[in-house]
Amino acid sequence: MTTRWFGDRVPRNEDQRLLTGQGRFVDDISPSNALHAAVLRSPVGHARLLRIDTAAARALPGVEAVWTAEDLGDALRPSPLVVPHDSLTHGRTQYPLATDSVEYVGQPIAFVVAADRYVAEDACDLIEVEYEALPAVVDLEAAVAPDAPLVHPDVPENVAAHLVQSVGNVEEAFRRADHVIEERLVLERGAGQPMECRAVTALFDPVEEVLTVYDTTQAPLSIRNGLAVLLGLSENQVRVVAPDVGGGFGVKIMMFYAEEVLVPLAAVRLGRPVKWTEDRREHLIASNHERGQIHWASLAATNEGVILGVSDRFLHDTGAYTPYGIIVPIITATQLPGPYRVPNYHSDATVVYTNKVPVTPYRGAGRPHACFVMERLMDRLADRLDIDRVEIRRRNFIQPHEFPWDVGLTFQDGRPTRYDSGNYPEGLDRLLEALDYEGFRREQAEARLAGRRLGIGIAAYVEGTGIGPYEGAHVRIDGTAKRVVVSTCVGTQGQGHETAFAQIVADELGVEPSEVRITTGDSRAMNWGSGTYASRSAVVTGNAIGAAARVVRQKAQSVASGLFEASPDDIELEWGRVGVKGSPQHSLSLWDVAVVANPIRYAYGDQASEAMQLMKTRDGAALESGEAPGLEAREYFAPDRATWASGAHGAIVEVDADTGSPVILRYVAVHDCGRVINPTIVEGQIHGGVAQGIGGSFYERLVFDEEAQPLSSTFMDYLIPTSMEVPDIETVHVETPSTLNPLGIKGAGEAGVIPVAAVMASALEDALSEYDVRVNQMPLSPSDIRDLIRLGTDVIGSQPG
Amino acid sequence: MKPAPFTYYDPHTLDEALGLLAVHGDAAKILAGGQSLVPLLNMRLAAPDVIVDINRLPDLDFVTTDNGLRVGALARQAMVERDAAVRDVAPLVTEAIAWVGHRQIRNRGTLVGSLAHADPAAEMPLVFLALDGELHLRRTSGSRRVSAGDFFVHIMTTALDPEEIATEASLPPVPPGSGSAFLEVARRHGDFAVAAIAVVVTIEAGRIRRARVALGGVGPTPLRATRAEERLVDEEPTNELFVEAALAASHDCEPVTDIHGTAEYRRELVRTMVYRGLGRAVVRARTGAAG
Ligand SMILES: Cc1cc2nc3c(=O)[nH]c(=O)nc-3n(C[C@H](O)[C@H](O)[C@H](O)COP(=O)(O)OP(=O)(O)OC[C@H]3O[C@@H](n4cnc5c(N)ncnc54)[C@H](O)[C@@H]3O)c2cc1C
Repeated sequence: MTTRWFGDRVPRNEDQRLLTGQGRFVDDISPSNALHAAVLRSPVGHARLLRIDTAAARALPGVEAVWTAEDLGDALRPSPLVVPHDSLTHGRTQYPLATDSVEYVGQPIAFVVAADRYVAEDACDLIEVEYEALPAVVDLEAAVAPDAPLVHPDVPENVAAHLVQSVGNVEEAFRRADHVIEERLVLERGAGQPMECRAVTALFDPVEEVLTVYDTTQAPLSIRNGLAVLLGLSENQVRVVAPDVGGGFGVKIMMFYAEEVLVPLAAVRLGRPVKWTEDRREHLIASNHERGQIHWASLAATNEGVILGVSDRFLHDTGAYTPYGIIVPIITATQLPGPYRVPNYHSDATVVYTNKVPVTPYRGAGRPHACFVMERLMDRLADRLDIDRVEIRRRNFIQPHEFPWDVGLTFQDGRPTRYDSGNYPEGLDRLLEALDYEGFRREQAEARLAGRRLGIGIAAYVEGTGIGPYEGAHVRIDGTAKRVVVSTCVGTQGQGHETAFAQIVADELGVEPSEVRITTGDSRAMNWGSGTYASRSAVVTGNAIGAAARVVRQKAQSVASGLFEASPDDIELEWGRVGVKGSPQHSLSLWDVAVVANPIRYAYGDQASEAMQLMKTRDGAALESGEAPGLEAREYFAPDRATWASGAHGAIVEVDADTGSPVILRYVAVHDCGRVINPTIVEGQIHGGVAQGIGGSFYERLVFDEEAQPLSSTFMDYLIPTSMEVPDIETVHVETPSTLNPLGIKGAGEAGVIPVAAVMASALEDALSEYDVRVNQMPLSPSDIRDLIRLGTDVIGSQPG
Repeated sequence: MKPAPFTYYDPHTLDEALGLLAVHGDAAKILAGGQSLVPLLNMRLAAPDVIVDINRLPDLDFVTTDNGLRVGALARQAMVERDAAVRDVAPLVTEAIAWVGHRQIRNRGTLVGSLAHADPAAEMPLVFLALDGELHLRRTSGSRRVSAGDFFVHIMTTALDPEEIATEASLPPVPPGSGSAFLEVARRHGDFAVAAIAVVVTIEAGRIRRARVALGGVGPTPLRATRAEERLVDEEPTNELFVEAALAASHDCEPVTDIHGTAEYRRELVRTMVYRGLGRAVVRARTGAAG
């Protein structure tokens, strides 16, 4: 195969559409007679529901339906626990509408369908609910205290799961250690904020008996399968389409969000299209959150700074439910050793219920936490031994010749944590080179003389990506349209699948990426698969597409070999033509070959008819047994286990010690996702991830008061970084191909966010070294940074004068 | 996030508008740039029965600079920001207004609306307090002028009566030999201030003859740091003086803790920023540089 397109900065096929406002998002789909839905959400964090009176709401003109739990009939079922785990002894999932209690602010209580959204919201205001307040569980440590109130009365100590994993003998390692570092480290609650909020629009066609659901989900097939069961329809009767989706980041994958059940149910019951579009306030208070963890971590090392062991106990805030099992804490636990040789490791995770929105994976999904913990420990070890923070990492990296490297744990997919390939020392070298680490130290000293405080921070990480079970793809050459048509079920939320996938196909079939049309996220276009999550689509779907395109190429070769009476091995596909190697007069366009491959007796259109002339009439049946018409194939790819991407990031940060304000002067991301399909797309993924990491370092914090009221329920209080807060991000690519898939690729979607908090913590400490600032918590506001400075100095010393 | 039902009026004359307000009283809300009111409506934090949209009123979109500064109720913040003459007569306004939200917001939001909204962390109330501004209020039965000092009553509460429209805000000319500075710390570009300060000093014969130190985001309204002002007046501008005045200013406020910063932090910011601001303002006063 030639790789003309793979690795190239091909402009994105989707950009013309998206950048000129021609994208079609769920809210753009407005059936003419649609009804509009709104959800009444709990205004209290924890309460029994004593009485719900919907009479006034029902009586409001324009209101078509007002439902509470008891109106849902067979659809009143808790959502499935999609990833069960032995350690999850007390898993709980929620009903679409609260039954007799509410466990978090934002939990759906009633569902209104009305002529428009205004009336629907007016009706919500008219629903009377009587609550009997219950004590709220907010603070993670308080939640597991002996006499803590309970989120679920039948879950003792608010513990959903207790997960322990071990490698080697940690106790022995700590006994042997010259040095032991111990830290309490905290990452606070944050959440993905896609530009487009969630939305569901559903239409039921009573004649065909087909329910069509447009949904911002990342996994349309899962929703399709689930809805079919829930509504008693066959899978063929439900079509779920995720059209253009403006960002997902994990928050758009659930089975189910309440509205994903209620809107389709309403469309079926009311016989009219129903539409619901989440507003930002709903997104902030009621769509899933992430990040909150508290770690007590310790590291044992020799005098030379060699790690002997790591032991980590942590609490993971799962909110009020566990709809996604314990994926996030599993990832934290298993990724914590990172790129280092950690011969002895013990992880003890307690998954804790609180009266907050459920926690499910959000970009990074437990990894930023793991990286923050490990990298903080590494920095502390370096400081303790007075070894440079760079050198301490070099001494502990897994070396390139040591792959595959067995960490000895069980990853989120139930498979062993075994790194397939990587080159961590090179990644770090490239980072230092880009940052001019040595030069910076001089610059830092000069700046200090001028009264400025600059600091440098670095962090390294690994990321298990591209997990199974499998994905599939269908590739067909549409000769008449002169196009390669590809379908896969994974959803796309802006990752550039329409281009990256097209590049893979273009190389196999010798066409241009712009001639390849990719359909994602339509359950009718591809019946089998899982979804977009865990940095897996390029790896798993990409390889399925590659495999299908390869089969199509072989078919084209076989058809052409018949036409030109040459061996299939001598047929090549290039520049849109299929022909005999070295004999250009014996060639046809790929499109014509596709027409010829369909042995019917006529073809419509000039070119096609011409091509038909070339068809040899053969004796006997038009198709032999096992032969199929046309040039098409459906193939699947099921990886053995995760493939491990890696990287090292660094930043130079200036801090105004008097105001506590940090300014990021430079940010460099060295990234290794195996073979890069399209560097521009990978850079875009990294930039977005880094921006979210900057949010998680300095801006984004979901705060709750002691009654579990969210205090950051608008963008005035939940601060996402804007283009003004995000510096230019410099990217460096290192490529160590994966050994686990034919294309050699690893996932890139989540990587950008993983090390950012660790980098920023390290840089802040470096900039503020004279105050002996210790960063053990993220995010930090300038006010928090001033608190840290004050701890390390007397206030007057740092103030003017 | 859809507003509760309301009746919408878009009067074409001031009398008509004032008449509507006279009838509806506090059941009505005036809509100017909408950049504060519309979010409140959408979140149903405000649910007035009546909206009186003043955007069709004639002759209120003026900015004049012949004798101090006069800004009409429909002059957008962006209009004030871009007006070069404003920079000459009231450089503090130009310096501070760029801190109001983002360009898109300033294109619609009005300066007078910002004063009327009276967010304690907003920039314009602070600046109008520092520069001895006045609001011109009209009602069916007459008009009155209220000084900025009397106008801001409490958090988002002003001296405006429900039947009044603020038709204009004005600033007197700044005495010669003056210099000013505006400083702010916000969480992000375009956010309301965690704390902000405005200082104006007038220097004659090497001494500070007049000083204004105003603080934002550290009390229920923008505040004058009167002790800091008193400390400055009739003194020679020295570093030690600025340190003392800054310290005094940090005691002249009543900050509270919220999720964006502690009370202690805000007090520190006041001190740091007043100190830095005084240095800047004095240089500007001496050199006659803008500000
Ligand atoms: C994202 C965002 C960021 C922002 N950031 C800032 C910021 O950093 N600093 C800042 O100061 N502001 C900020 N704002 C608010 C903005 O400056 C508003 O425009 C301003 O506060 C109000 O002006 P307006 O013309 O939009 O008034 P409106 O929103 O129309 O009205 C606001 C209030 O004032 C009353 N009102 C308006 N005009 C009059 C009048 N002539 N007479 C009597 N009452 C009147 C209204 O009845 C209403 O109660 C921000 C807004 C947004 C959306």
